[in-house]
Amino acid sequence: MASPPEYAAEASQYRNRVVRWLDERFGWEQLLAPLRHKTVPVHKLSYWYFLGGMTLFLFMIQVLTGILLLLYYRPSANEAFESVQYIMTQVQFGWLVRSIHSWSANLMIFTAFAHMFSVLFLRAYTKPRELTWVTGMVLLFLALGFGFSGYLLPWNTLAFFATKVGTEITGQVPVIGKPLLIFLRGGEEVTGATLTRFFGFHVALLPGITTMLIALHVLLIQRLGMSVPPGLEAAWKELPPNKRETPFFPNFFAHELMAWYVALGVLGALAALYPWDLGSKADPFAVAPAGIKPEWYFMFMFQTLKLIPAKVGPIDGELLGILGFGLVGLIWVLLPFLGGDRHSRRQVFIRGLGVFALAYIFSMTIYGYMAAPK
Amino acid sequence: MLQEPTTESQRHGGKLGLEPLCLCVSVVALASCLLLPAASFAQAQPQAAKSSCVECHSSFPAPTGVTEEQWAADIHAQKGLTCVNCHGGDPKDASPEGAMSRKAGFRGKPKRTEIPALCAKCHSDGAYMRQYNPSLRTDQLAQYQTSVHGKRLAKSDTKVAVCIDCHSVHGIRPAKDPRSTVNPLNVANTCARCHSDAAYMKDYKIKTDQFAGYSASVHHDAMVVRGDLSAPTCTTCHGNHGAAPPGVASVEAICSTCHVFQAQLFDISPHKAAFQAMGTGSCITCHSNHRVIHPTDKLIGTGNESICTNCHASGDPGFKAAGKIHDDLTALDEALKRSDEVLDKAERSGMEVSQARLEESQGHDSLIKARVAIHSFQPDKVEQDTQAGMKIAEKTYKAGLKALAERDYRRKGLGLSLITIVAVLIGLWMYIRQLESPNQSGGS
Repeated sequence: MASPPEYAAEASQYRNRVVRWLDERFGWEQLLAPLRHKTVPVHKLSYWYFLGGMTLFLFMIQVLTGILLLLYYRPSANEAFESVQYIMTQVQFGWLVRSIHSWSANLMIFTAFAHMFSVLFLRAYTKPRELTWVTGMVLLFLALGFGFSGYLLPWNTLAFFATKVGTEITGQVPVIGKPLLIFLRGGEEVTGATLTRFFGFHVALLPGITTMLIALHVLLIQRLGMSVPPGLEAAWKELPPNKRETPFFPNFFAHELMAWYVALGVLGALAALYPWDLGSKADPFAVAPAGIKPEWYFMFMFQTLKLIPAKVGPIDGELLGILGFGLVGLIWVLLPFLGGDRHSRRQVFIRGLGVFALAYIFSMTIYGYMAAPK
Repeated sequence: MLQEPTTESQRHGGKLGLEPLCLCVSVVALASCLLLPAASFAQAQPQAAKSSCVECHSSFPAPTGVTEEQWAADIHAQKGLTCVNCHGGDPKDASPEGAMSRKAGFRGKPKRTEIPALCAKCHSDGAYMRQYNPSLRTDQLAQYQTSVHGKRLAKSDTKVAVCIDCHSVHGIRPAKDPRSTVNPLNVANTCARCHSDAAYMKDYKIKTDQFAGYSASVHHDAMVVRGDLSAPTCTTCHGNHGAAPPGVASVEAICSTCHVFQAQLFDISPHKAAFQAMGTGSCITCHSNHRVIHPTDKLIGTGNESICTNCHASGDPGFKAAGKIHDDLTALDEALKRSDEVLDKAERSGMEVSQARLEESQGHDSLIKARVAIHSFQPDKVEQDTQAGMKIAEKTYKAGLKALAERDYRRKGLGLSLITIVAVLIGLWMYIRQLESPNQSGGS
């Protein structure tokens, strides 16, 4: 009988043979080399680095559960609701897959927002990481697009009317608003054509673009390395022996894995204790339910638009709000090019702007949920 | 007597003296459209233009006082009629003597006995009424003459109701107007003004508790509480212009205009002949007439609240049948409540039970059908529906239990998953500690 060390030696031998086989065919060792040499700075704010990886993990959950849902989901006005109902009641673990998909979508948008603000406050978006920031911002917008398109797919009452209101707001955009509304809805009204269209966006167009951008985003991070907060960077430059780093693999990855497992546990608990509600089937001829509200991540914009007066001088209030959000979004994407380098004095202003944006989003979201339905 | 129109044109337009007024009104209306936002109001009361009648009578106390606002709200004023059409006289003459002179055709206040005929002058003229409301009936006078009110009035009993007692006067609104005294919501109150007044009704020797009974009835609840204007009120059963007690023989026919299935089942029931022999009427024997209380399953059976025991005694076939019907209904009702409870519990736990809910609604339909089938007074017929409902209730109850079992299974699964996750986390933590120990650390 072989002893444990002999088993270990045998296992190692088999592993080496597999690695050699792979290496001979497409340079496996060369492919892994950057990972072996990649290091992550170690400091008291290192935990913020987990947010990007966490968002990626939740995206992977989305892809996996989304593919499983596709096995049963039917994207037509007559069958969508019933097919989701079937998934929730008849398909083995269908309820779990759908609930995890819905909860994970919300958590992903939350971690994406948190990641964006952590990058902003740690000034990690400045030169030379401008493109990483831009791709990240586009990914955040795509995540919102995922949320908006996916919300309609169960074809329930709330989703139907929220989509109606949401696309109506899109229609207010000057010049391209009306054609954009027709494009999104597949006609003048929210119908089965809208559902089919949103399904296409949700499972083909957005995932395709997102996957490419994630690849680019990760590649940029790999090329540029992890950013270190400016103060610490200066201190380490002055006293290089104080610099602390840890290998990305396996040390940092093991930490990240722990975070992913925690996220998995939270997702499982949410799905088991609070299965995602299905509601009632959408009826296009019914009256919109009172106090219709969008998903929480659109609430601050929705509430702002509600608070703007119908007319601000000669300009339509809603149009002004949409133009305002559009402008803020554009400025946000271009922040690395407007803020100068990470030691610029403009960074103080941008930091203040970030604090204000965070407070605004938080308070408007709370206000939106507390405001009486109209 | 009503002022007679002399020519056809006077009858249909000239009767109202409209030609010169129409021109003026058109000009005023056009100006109103251009200048006043309340143009519709101005158009609605063209005839409210100053007349000597309103000028004087608006300052009088009731009953001769008629304010401009009161008259403007009257459907007749809105359609262009004036005081002259009923009372005669000349409103253009500013002096009371001239305006109310016999020469000007002034008739004064019509006598109560003259009122039905006065109103019928227009309301019984189909050609005339068509120009205002083609769907309005014109047989009110003929109907009235068949009513108890009409017959007594013909015998010079002026205490009975005439047109103005129900429809009011000088402020008459169309019946569809909720403020009208003859709107379905208000009819019972209007009738009750006389029929609940014991002193006023003393000479007629009829009861005065009809309104009190109706107010406690399921019909009143439907009409007033639920706002269902199709629910019955006094005129639904007694008629309006031809109002009369329906009589015992007609009750079933009247109730069956709404309760069709109950009446059909009653026709084949053993009670049909029995009630006829007793001379108690059909529906009202069990349900009463005005005080038709909300029917419950307790009304049938052998309990204290049962109506059946009024006639049936222990041991007779009817007594047994009543007990069986009651037991079947109660069993289904309880089975559905049990199913409801378990499905509610599953729903509160976030379980998807909409399919079971849909099926359960069919069980509730079966209970309703069984309650209708009571009117056959045949236990077998009732049992057919209750059995169908019981099967559904049993199925949905099991679906609820299954959902709750699934919920428990999920929670156990969650517990096991969390234990596994915690174990992996502990393993990872130990691995990290090993990696980061001074001997193993690759960090710089």
